[in-house]
Amino acid sequence: MHPAKSVIFFTTASGAGYGLIVWLAMAALLNLLPLEAFFACVAFGLAFVLIIGGLLASTFHLGHPERAWRAMSQWRSSWLSREGLAAVLSFAPMGLLALYWLWPEQALLGQISGAMAWGSIIMALLTVFFTAMIYASLKTIPAWHSKMTVVGYLVLALMSGAMLMALLTMLWGYDGAGLFSIIALVFVLLGLGVKLLYWARLAGKKITSTAGSATGLADFGAVTLVESPHSTDNYLLEEMGFKIARKHAAKLRKIAVLFGFLTPILLLGLAIMLENSSLQIVLLFAGVMLGGIGLVVERWLFFAEAKHVVTLYYGEHAI
Amino acid sequence: MTSLPKNKPKKKLGLVIDLDICVGCHACAVNCKEWNAGGHSAPLTDIDPYGAKPKGVWFNRIHTFEAVHEETGRSRTVHFPKSCLHCDDAPCVTVCPTGASYKREEDGIVLVNADTCIGCKLCSWACPYGAREYDEDEGVMKKCTLCVDRIYNENLPESSRAPACVTTCPAGARHFGDLGDPSSTVSKIVAKRGGVDLMPEQGTRPVNKYLPPRLKNIDKQKDQSAPRMLTHQDDSSDGAGLLARWVDKLLS
Amino acid sequence: MSFNPFETVKEEVDLSVDPADEVKTTTCYMCACRCGVKVYLKDGQIRYLEGNPDHPINKGVLCAKGSAGIMNHNSPARLQKPLLRVGERGEGKFKEIEWDEALDLASQWLGDIRGRDPSRLAFFTGRDQSQSFTGWWASQYGTRNFAAHGGFCSVNMAAAGLYTLGGAFWEFGEPDWELTKYFMMFGVAEDHDSNPIKTGIGKIKTREDAKFVSVNPSRSGYSAVADEWIGIRPGTDGLFVFSLIHELLRAEKIDFASLARYTNAPWLVIENPGGADDGLFLRDEAGHPQIYDVREGLVKNALDAEMTPAMAGRYALPDGRNAVPSFELLAKRYLDKQYAPEAVADKTGIPAATIKRIAAELAEVAFEQEVVIDTPWTDIWGRRHEKMIGRPVSFHAMRGISAHSNGFHTCRAIHILQALLGSVDVPGGWRNKAPYPKAIPPGPKPAGQTTSANTPLSGVPLGMPTGPEDLLVDEKGEPLRIDKAFSWEHPLSAHGLMHMVIRNAWAGDPQKIDVLFMYMANMSWNSSMNTKGTMHYLTDKDEAGNYKIPRIIYSDAYDSEMVSFADLVLPDTTYFERYDCISLLDRPISSCHGPADAIRHPVVKPDRDVRPFQDVLLDLGARLKLPGFVDDKGAAKYPGGYSDYMVNHERAPGLGPLAGWRGEDGKEEGRGKPNPEQIKRYIENGAFWSKPFPPDQQYFKAVNKGYLEYAHHMGWVANIEPIIHQLYSEPMQKFRLAAQGHGKRQPPERHRQRIEEFFDPLPIWYQPFEEDFLQGEDYPLHALTQRPMHMYHSWGSQNAWLRQITSWNRLFMHRDTAKALGIEDEDWVWIESRNGKVKGQVKLITGVNPQTVWTWNAIGKQKGAWRLAKDAPESTKGFLLNHLIDELLPAREGGKRYSNSDPVTGQAAWFDLRVRIKKCAPEEIEETAPQFSALGVPPNMPDVPKIARFGKKLTGTPKGAPVAAKEWIAHEGEVMSALRRESQKRILRQAQDEANAGKKNSHGEKNK
Ligand SMILES: Nc1nc2c(c(=O)[nH]1)N[C@H]1C(S)=C(S)[C@@H](COP(=O)(O)OP(=O)(O)OC[C@H]3O[C@@H](n4cnc5c(=O)[nH]c(N)nc54)[C@H](O)[C@@H]3O)O[C@H]1N2
Ligand SMILES: Nc1nc2c(c(=O)[nH]1)N[C@H]1C(S)=C(S)[C@@H](COP(=O)(O)OP(=O)(O)OC[C@H]3O[C@@H](n4cnc5c(=O)[nH]c(N)nc54)[C@H](O)[C@@H]3O)O[C@H]1N2
Ligand code: SF4
Ligand code: SF4
Ligand code: SF4
Ligand code: SF4
Ligand code: SF4
Ligand SMILES: [Mo]
Repeated sequence: MHPAKSVIFFTTASGAGYGLIVWLAMAALLNLLPLEAFFACVAFGLAFVLIIGGLLASTFHLGHPERAWRAMSQWRSSWLSREGLAAVLSFAPMGLLALYWLWPEQALLGQISGAMAWGSIIMALLTVFFTAMIYASLKTIPAWHSKMTVVGYLVLALMSGAMLMALLTMLWGYDGAGLFSIIALVFVLLGLGVKLLYWARLAGKKITSTAGSATGLADFGAVTLVESPHSTDNYLLEEMGFKIARKHAAKLRKIAVLFGFLTPILLLGLAIMLENSSLQIVLLFAGVMLGGIGLVVERWLFFAEAKHVVTLYYGEHAI
Repeated sequence: MTSLPKNKPKKKLGLVIDLDICVGCHACAVNCKEWNAGGHSAPLTDIDPYGAKPKGVWFNRIHTFEAVHEETGRSRTVHFPKSCLHCDDAPCVTVCPTGASYKREEDGIVLVNADTCIGCKLCSWACPYGAREYDEDEGVMKKCTLCVDRIYNENLPESSRAPACVTTCPAGARHFGDLGDPSSTVSKIVAKRGGVDLMPEQGTRPVNKYLPPRLKNIDKQKDQSAPRMLTHQDDSSDGAGLLARWVDKLLS
Repeated sequence: MSFNPFETVKEEVDLSVDPADEVKTTTCYMCACRCGVKVYLKDGQIRYLEGNPDHPINKGVLCAKGSAGIMNHNSPARLQKPLLRVGERGEGKFKEIEWDEALDLASQWLGDIRGRDPSRLAFFTGRDQSQSFTGWWASQYGTRNFAAHGGFCSVNMAAAGLYTLGGAFWEFGEPDWELTKYFMMFGVAEDHDSNPIKTGIGKIKTREDAKFVSVNPSRSGYSAVADEWIGIRPGTDGLFVFSLIHELLRAEKIDFASLARYTNAPWLVIENPGGADDGLFLRDEAGHPQIYDVREGLVKNALDAEMTPAMAGRYALPDGRNAVPSFELLAKRYLDKQYAPEAVADKTGIPAATIKRIAAELAEVAFEQEVVIDTPWTDIWGRRHEKMIGRPVSFHAMRGISAHSNGFHTCRAIHILQALLGSVDVPGGWRNKAPYPKAIPPGPKPAGQTTSANTPLSGVPLGMPTGPEDLLVDEKGEPLRIDKAFSWEHPLSAHGLMHMVIRNAWAGDPQKIDVLFMYMANMSWNSSMNTKGTMHYLTDKDEAGNYKIPRIIYSDAYDSEMVSFADLVLPDTTYFERYDCISLLDRPISSCHGPADAIRHPVVKPDRDVRPFQDVLLDLGARLKLPGFVDDKGAAKYPGGYSDYMVNHERAPGLGPLAGWRGEDGKEEGRGKPNPEQIKRYIENGAFWSKPFPPDQQYFKAVNKGYLEYAHHMGWVANIEPIIHQLYSEPMQKFRLAAQGHGKRQPPERHRQRIEEFFDPLPIWYQPFEEDFLQGEDYPLHALTQRPMHMYHSWGSQNAWLRQITSWNRLFMHRDTAKALGIEDEDWVWIESRNGKVKGQVKLITGVNPQTVWTWNAIGKQKGAWRLAKDAPESTKGFLLNHLIDELLPAREGGKRYSNSDPVTGQAAWFDLRVRIKKCAPEEIEETAPQFSALGVPPNMPDVPKIARFGKKLTGTPKGAPVAAKEWIAHEGEVMSALRRESQKRILRQAQDEANAGKKNSHGEKNK
């Protein structure tokens, strides 16, 4: 699949945003953090910037962004529609939760804060889940057509959110910082595990479709393409025919693992062990930044390595 | 129309494509483009039409494959036209977030409503067959309409009320009809010729069917002696004996 | 539209849009097939093209090119106005001039040389369809230097057929698609009969009782759907056919009765070694050929009704000479064991067992599966036959056979095979199309032995020589024509040698010319051999700094490569903007069912300052005051332009360009006075006229009394006489005798051996010249081109739709061959011949003869032409094989270099090419070679759009009066759907048959 910048940015950024919301809501539920307005501004601000930025980015690849509102109508059947709806609805609990954090003394907000926290967690996870399901539901892209895709999206969202949470709490010098660093570490480890499993599955995946089944000619022998319908690339090939060299992919996987997981593990581990808060901040900041690069590379690969069965009509033999 | 029609269309209009006959002439692809360029999904935009990377919207494309049988060594070249298969379980419809992609209840034709499509391209990801065509210029998805603006068109003579690709095919490799009706001509042809689905494992249940190439006379060839080989009437190496026979041949 | 995010908007589809204000019918011209097309017009623009269901050629179907005609019509490469060169030739720098100036200039140039020596004008036309008109123009002008494209196209096919059967494959005949049971196709990728062949193959393929065999080194297109593909080695078909004949003769699976009656097999050939009459037919005083009647024991007139001719034996004549039936010579030759299947298997690449089996299959179908039609008919001798009995074996062949230097003989071999099987123009066999068959060979003879100032030729420049006396040579035996046609180098060059004109004009060999006038031929690029050399010939100057070819006038409709090499460009219209005439006088649309002709007429108005070339030619003729072009007072004879000519011109009294609706009342066909309403009648009828033969004239036309009488009435045959198939060719023997030193006209010494060798009255096979010359040199592979079904030569690449299908070509190569050379799929390679090298990318396949590589024809383009971007794949990746093909053969002993053509007909031997393939060095990949500087663009050409939105404005219900579309409903033919119903019925009938027979279905194998 063609790795479109907008979609890569959208999924990583909004994933991190929703992850951050989940952890903020957790903190609120468990009273882990003081309800400080400036922190709320920054933390929720960051989350919203990531979410809204991501959503906006995702509309860039639409042919008609001005009609994006129509995308909610088909929630009965379409995961994309569900995602859109959830994304919009999630702003209600998330927004109220943010307001509560800004004005904890507001009685009404206080009363519903618990529900809003739960609501935020559920809606954020649901949105990420729906996003993941858009990909996981596509039979045409066997690499994605798996629970691993969903688990991966959820874990990576929580992981990137936790890392942000750890950094922010550390910046503010909250007590919870340590806990969130440990949570972040755990999720990075989980994330690494999930990703390795995802790749292991890719490597061992059974063939779903072949040029033979695509043409109905399997009984006649091995099917190879002699001529494409067009001698230059068409939309289908540009969108779905993206090819990445095996060597290139291997290198990028290493980069993704190194930046996205190993470095954050090291940095988080160090930060947990160290006492010096400014050093911790530097370490966590570096972790977030490098991890971000790693995650973008991971997401780029998620698309680039996924083959679409339509390529069976364009020279691919089995997928 | 949020999903596939609740009442599964009884009428399943579609195409039957005979791979035994298709000579790969691209006539169906071009005439399709021509009709539809001014039809329901007009225009079928072409980007960089005279430049380095020409690409455009096409609803029908012709591929050429070779199938080589390892054991027997038998090899065939097959021309392979492909357009939308108007699937019964069309994933391009169910993934669409706007309802722009829909399957008609009347006849099972899968269409895109260009007024509500947001151009998210998801349907093109969901279609296994590459039958969805994104018009970059217009920002909407387009696809084979089964010539919906032709097959019922009362302004056309009856002989033209069939998909453009069908009426134009010089080899007669394309048939159009109701595949939901087992007694229709197309259904019978499919039954007779063992018509197949493309990528049945994708679960899309395509309406269009492909008739595989026939091995009509090829098997006979393996047996080089069929039919009865000729018997030489004379074995003199220069044919002298034959010529002698023919001297007396009486013909009038 | 409301704003409700949860609403599912239901689309209202307009199912009955009126697609046109008006529907007009005309004739397609995206290729030479000339199908009928319905043009849907909306807001004065062409919205849609559809096959005309009533049309005899295409019956409603339309091919890819035909459908894409809209985009040629809208091409940004359409020329806009007459152009005068301002830069150097080949640069493409022009200024626009007015038509008056252009025509003044042209008539000044042409008038000047006509007043001195008309043969200093060389007028050559390409893929046009008005050769009877252009040829007549040339002859009225007085130059012998005229021809159309036939010489580089398929004259081997035409000449072999016309000298053997009085008709040919090419456009002159077709299989009996409805009834044939065994169809063998030799060397065809697409052919002129584009749609009918596809429809025919579709018919055969849906019948259970028919088999389709394709003999072709490549398994693309038609060969892909053949029931059997025979991947022959190029240039060896003659051997294969001889071997089939060998087998049939040995098994006596020969239609002796038909041979005796309809061919010259029993005609007696004089055996008089060393004599001037050796090998000629024995004739009586009246010139009648003779046979030996076995029953009567005497020699008698071969054309008598009653006879029992001997087919073999030697008969002593009273004067001491001996004579043998020509069949004996034929049989002896092909019974020879050098043609046994085992003997030819290696050379042809076809296993002996396969050859034997094919021979057996042919015999079985021909002799055990006769087709009988219950229609009585009367032969030319007045004998009534109760039934029409046919041998349902049919053949078709085209350039795969004819574009080799041994093509003439190979084509003849196939015709002889047809005759031996008795399958010529019989039910289920191969059938002539009107106006064929003609006398063998048909008249006239080439004119132009002498030419003089301001004087027309005595006849038309092209013709059919029957002996040395008909050649156009000077007293030393040297060629008179610029292309050396009808000379000892290529005596039977019935269509001229267009591929030699530019080279010869440059070399001044045999003469210099002053003006080269060309029409519709892209001669600087894909229709020449040795393209680079040709560009040099066109631009080379003498010491004085003058172009060696002093003046070039060219008419094209588009900015082709050739435009840049012209001094004066006369821009033509597109085919939707003018009158054309597809006439029985030249290449009509007839089928075997009956004669037909057609017109084009303007369906839209030109939006540029262009003029139909035929109008221009009439205008030039009038300005030059050519006889026939002006009346007694010197005024233009056809002031109305070409449509005026089409209606009012008479070649012979009552015979004009169009056969339909003649006579003052429009009731006559074929012959009749001009009818001023004629064009109107054509338009009303869908732009064509056709008339099926009555059932009793459908077959056996060469000896069918009713038919021959009708043909005579129509002016197709001069006399009502039987047309006897010439298996043994006497004209060939006449040339050979001249080479042996007999007769008044004898070849110059240096040509003698060649004439003697190649003018064998019975077909021979020899190694194609190129391969023969290169013996020992390392060019191990054959290199071929094929026509893509969706492109017409060079003119498809400007088409925004068609070029999306193919904008660059690859070299197709067998996997095993590539492996041995260390070449992998998609590798860039050098393709090298003795004439140069080109670079391209390979595609590995299995469906090709392992000793053969091939590519699509005419895809590669010169940068800057056709209004394509400079980085268009056509010129960065697409390559032209023509660079590799030399127009001359290597020097023979004595330094003589013949043209790279068939020695009999001068047919260009495109497919003799031999190459070697080398992998490119890594730094050499990514761009094709050779590259040339980009051609300039004429002034004021329209912009090239970055995005094309054709159709956007043509949707919805029309603004104009929506009546004419509906008129069509009344006019509806229903033929199209009938056609399809027919094929569906066939399939279902088989299903029924099989069910009855309890057979496994034919695809049973799949279910195992
Ligand atoms: N390697 C290789 N070369 C070949 C062949 C091959 O098989 N292999 N085939 C050969 C054969 S058989 C042929 S016939 C030739 C064909 O070669 P050409 O006859 O040269 O055919 P085109 O390239 O189509 O060129 C015809 C020209 O006519 C112009 N034209 C198109 N429509 C009109 C019109 O309406 N009016 C006017 N005035 N001009 C128009 C086009 O723009 C183009 O420049 O190529 C030959 N060359
Ligand atoms: N679409 C389209 N149609 C056209 C044209 C076009 O340009 N495009 N051009 C028109 C013109 S001008 C012409 S002349 C006709 C030509 O029509 P075709 O005769 O069909 O022309 P080619 O494409 O040259 O095909 C030649 C075939 O012969 C095969 N071949 C080559 N050498 C041998 C051999 O030695 N033996 C055998 N058995 N086969 C051999 C090649 O593989 C190829 O398939 O087509 C006409 N129709
Ligand atoms: S028009 Fe018919 S023969 Fe030609 S490519 Fe299409 S299906 Fe095949
Ligand atoms: S072929 Fe593709 S576009 Fe057509 S209905 Fe099936 S899934 Fe949808
Ligand atoms: S591109 Fe259009 S039709 Fe396709 S899924 Fe998106 S909105 Fe639906
Ligand atoms: S049915 Fe109509 S839209 Fe679909 S491929 Fe055929 S011509 Fe094109
Ligand atoms: S075969 Fe030739 S004449 Fe017929 S539709 Fe195609 S391009 Fe036109
Ligand atoms: Mo040709």
